[in-house]
Amino acid sequence: MFLINCPYCGERDQQEFKAGGEAHIERPKQPTELSDDEWAEYLFMRKNIKGVQFERWNHAHGCRKWFNMVRDTSSDEIKAIYKMGEKPPSQ
Amino acid sequence: MTKNLRVKSSEYIDETNRISFKFNGKIYHGFKGDTLASALLANDVHLVGRSFKYHRPRGIMTSGSEEPNAIVQINPGTNRTEPNVRATEVEIYEGLEASSQNCWPSVEFDIGGINNFLSPFFPAGFYYKTFMWPASFWEKYEFFIRHSAGLGKSPTSSDPDIYDHRNVHCDVLVVGAGISGIMAAKNAAKNNFKTLLVEEKNELGGSTIFENNEFNKIDNKSPSEWLKKEIEELKSIKNLEIKTRTSVAAYHQYNYLLARENLTDHLEAKDKINKIRQRLLKIRAKKVILATGALERPLIFNNNDRPGIMLSSAVKKYSEFFGVACGSKNIFFTNNDSAYEGALSLFNKGINVEAIIDIREQSESKIVKKVKEAGIKIYWSHSIVDTTGYKRLNSVSIMKLSNDGTSVTGNKISISCDCLGVAGGWTPAVHLYTQSGSKLKFDEEKKVFLPNKNTSEQISIGSCNGDFKLDEIFNNIKKKIKEMLNINITDFDNIKVENDQENSKRNIWLLPSDKTLGKTKPFVDYQNDATAKDIKLALREGFRSIEHVKRYTTTGMGTDQGKLGNMHALGIIADTAGVKMGELGTTTFRPPYTPLTFGTIVGRNVGKFFDIFRRTPMNDWHVENKAEFENVGQWKRAWYYPINGETMHQAVQRESKAARESAGILDASTLGKIDIQGSDASEFLNRVYTNAWSKLAIGKCRYGLMLNEDGMVYDDGVTTRLGENHYIMSTTTGGAANVLGKLEDYLQTEWPELDVYLTSVTDHYATVSLCGPNSKKILKKIIPDLDLSDENFPHMSFKETNIGNIQCRIMRISFTGEHSYEINVQASYGKDLWEKCMQAGNEFNITPYGTETMHLLRAEKGFIIVGQDTDGTMTPIDLQMDWIVSKKKYDFIGKRSLYRSDTMREDRKQLVGLLTDDPNIILEEGAQIVSKLNQNPVEMLGHVTSSYFSPNLNKSIALAVVRGGKDMMGKKLFVPMEDKNINVTVANPVFYDEKNERLNA
Repeated sequence: MFLINCPYCGERDQQEFKAGGEAHIERPKQPTELSDDEWAEYLFMRKNIKGVQFERWNHAHGCRKWFNMVRDTSSDEIKAIYKMGEKPPSQ
Repeated sequence: MTKNLRVKSSEYIDETNRISFKFNGKIYHGFKGDTLASALLANDVHLVGRSFKYHRPRGIMTSGSEEPNAIVQINPGTNRTEPNVRATEVEIYEGLEASSQNCWPSVEFDIGGINNFLSPFFPAGFYYKTFMWPASFWEKYEFFIRHSAGLGKSPTSSDPDIYDHRNVHCDVLVVGAGISGIMAAKNAAKNNFKTLLVEEKNELGGSTIFENNEFNKIDNKSPSEWLKKEIEELKSIKNLEIKTRTSVAAYHQYNYLLARENLTDHLEAKDKINKIRQRLLKIRAKKVILATGALERPLIFNNNDRPGIMLSSAVKKYSEFFGVACGSKNIFFTNNDSAYEGALSLFNKGINVEAIIDIREQSESKIVKKVKEAGIKIYWSHSIVDTTGYKRLNSVSIMKLSNDGTSVTGNKISISCDCLGVAGGWTPAVHLYTQSGSKLKFDEEKKVFLPNKNTSEQISIGSCNGDFKLDEIFNNIKKKIKEMLNINITDFDNIKVENDQENSKRNIWLLPSDKTLGKTKPFVDYQNDATAKDIKLALREGFRSIEHVKRYTTTGMGTDQGKLGNMHALGIIADTAGVKMGELGTTTFRPPYTPLTFGTIVGRNVGKFFDIFRRTPMNDWHVENKAEFENVGQWKRAWYYPINGETMHQAVQRESKAARESAGILDASTLGKIDIQGSDASEFLNRVYTNAWSKLAIGKCRYGLMLNEDGMVYDDGVTTRLGENHYIMSTTTGGAANVLGKLEDYLQTEWPELDVYLTSVTDHYATVSLCGPNSKKILKKIIPDLDLSDENFPHMSFKETNIGNIQCRIMRISFTGEHSYEINVQASYGKDLWEKCMQAGNEFNITPYGTETMHLLRAEKGFIIVGQDTDGTMTPIDLQMDWIVSKKKYDFIGKRSLYRSDTMREDRKQLVGLLTDDPNIILEEGAQIVSKLNQNPVEMLGHVTSSYFSPNLNKSIALAVVRGGKDMMGKKLFVPMEDKNINVTVANPVFYDEKNERLNA
């Protein structure tokens, strides 16, 4: 059970949160211009890394805000948390 | 009269408080402070159970939670009964009853004991190998296997006890109150850390509290004397909470631990009533100090499982702590100095110690010398090759060990005895440590796995860190505590510690016998009857991974999770396969450390608290009027209202007819309601719905369909424009929370530039739906001032008005195809509004209807229910709802996916109507649809999604999804059922009032 530092509320138990998959996949601005393959790349293709992964999380039973997390999936170490729209930490 | 083996008074046993209890129907006596195990031993009862596979007689082996054999059924036949309880952990109380498990008719005479003589036919993997053929016989085998499997009996009536959960936060959690845990807790609390100390036993002090080795000294005192003073001092320390009888079950990431606090299990029945039995502590600690100690290992030799064979540390504890002699002719068998402490303990109390058998060549430690001085015979370099005694040990045979330890030589000597204390060294209890995700390393010298790489802020101290000697323990605690707590001094900096320095050990995982391995029974896992030869067989058969060997042989898979024998299993595998133990690794230690009751796990979430549910403001009315309810999401919704003993079918037919002929009333409060405000609200709706919203006039309503980004229908509902920048969206009952979540997701992460705010207002409003040709007249009676003409208040429009003093929002929208209104008021007025409508509708025979009638009425109109007629694979095109998909809009969620090659296929499953040729046959929802009957395998075209008998059309109707169904209008298909094939015809899904004339009726 993680202890997650919500950027708006502070440290809270994992059960207040919902994981939202891979982060930094931007919805295409002009979907109609994309080929089937390009659209499928956006729609379906997600990484599943053993190691450092960028993820979206939502404080679903709290402030309802979405934010980003950098997590090592092999150790579950949370390396960084930052707000939506902010740049991911370089390393 | 049974023998009394109580040898001396102990300060932990209150001999003035005599307690009687029953074991296997016979009355015994013990004293306050006894465990079931110590009390039975005091009565010379060793035989307490039968092993799982061979039904071999088994006795008490240990004095703690690692006990594999002495597992009993507590209070059999009562609603408080509990199976698989370790007799070594049960504190006795007046009236306690316990019985042996896994034996029939009794533990003394067990029919299953025949398995022991058949054991050559039950090797590892016996079941896998034997019951494979013929495959069709498995069901027959299974019946017998199930019958003979399992330990103990679960209770058959509901649990009368109360269980509880509590969240606990602390700066420092110390697990284990032995000498290390007490020192750590004291220092943490004194340095202003909010500290919690938990201990699984009812007494603090661990094994040091009955320490008797005169060569160990702390501050020139005996360790037990010194520790008692420390424990006394704990009482006056602030910031320190101590919980005894509390066992940590699980250690998760980020220092989240679960512990079970046992509150009433040691009390008499009359004192248990109305008290919480067990409490699950959910602990989030900033820092964790593990002081979980070590478990003594047995030695693995032929027939090492007989009642009377125990761990030497247990023999010592029963003697020193409980004042009980485990036998009158005792022998110790050891590979290290620990057994000598046990031997001296007995010797000093005048209990006969026949001999010590030591596999080492010699030892020069002070305690060994002391034993020699006492005149106890020591057999150096000897090993036990066999034991005798079926229900109680009566002799051991020993032989000289070869130099390499792989064989025995010389004459066989037989020594008679009734108790054997076995000492195979100590295994640090690293179970919790590894559960936290931290990593171990193997120490080749000590032959133990030790904490190595921590994942959270934690330290391991004392013997769980591999520190077995007092000076090691003190030095490491001081160093680690200073580091963790960031302090310069501890209470223990200047304390002088002395101990016996010699500590030699000879480690042989599997001791040889004069017989070949195949003819011996060296048990590695006592509870599951896995022997060393089973492990070797698994290796011969090609298993290499420790996890596979474990599962194939069931080593370590009992209720004790192999706390005693796992290291030996690893050692035997490593030796046999010729690999290093460090490379082999361990099996995964999983929670719980000791078994938890279901009660502790669920806590208060039982009965009506098992799952939360939601009720509408009108719920009381539905209950009073005998409605049947159905669960929709978390809501309890009125399903139908049977009168005069009607069946569901009869009630629904009556309700459906009334709603179309005169007036019906439905509680629609459960529909999700989301308040949407902001200057970009219209643009936002444009992006989330498939149809266009910019031009919707204020005061108008529109039906919207929401897709997932993959183009599949996600939710639907009517949204009303309340003002320039203000909408109220309704969602399906079950989808409300997810829709809000999805909308927030897009708003926050994809379109943060939009000025839109979302608020869930589902619970704020109660909604009454009035429908039918007389609904207008009824509403007129309630709100005489409101102009209800089609010109002023047309279909798909909205009015904000008052009923008396109560503000209300009325939408003229319809899910039944009838002229109807949805009236929304503040939730607290919901029941009042409902009753007003019932009163006003009385003259029109207004009929309350539930969800079933609502479903029937909408099916007559061909309106879909998301989640019933759709299943996450249906696009709006598949639903024949092309009309709602805007071609003009540049983009909306899911639009691009509607033009993928797969979503544009013509032969996708599409929504159609189905009519049975015999109008009285009602199809089953979920039934498969085929076009050919005599085809094998038959091609499934689709399935029935909704099916009813329509009283208004006087025939059965159904909605279905059929591959390529759009172009099959009028085609004959079949619905094959178990006993018949039903002929059906594909039809238009709108069965009733196709021209929507009734909306304005």
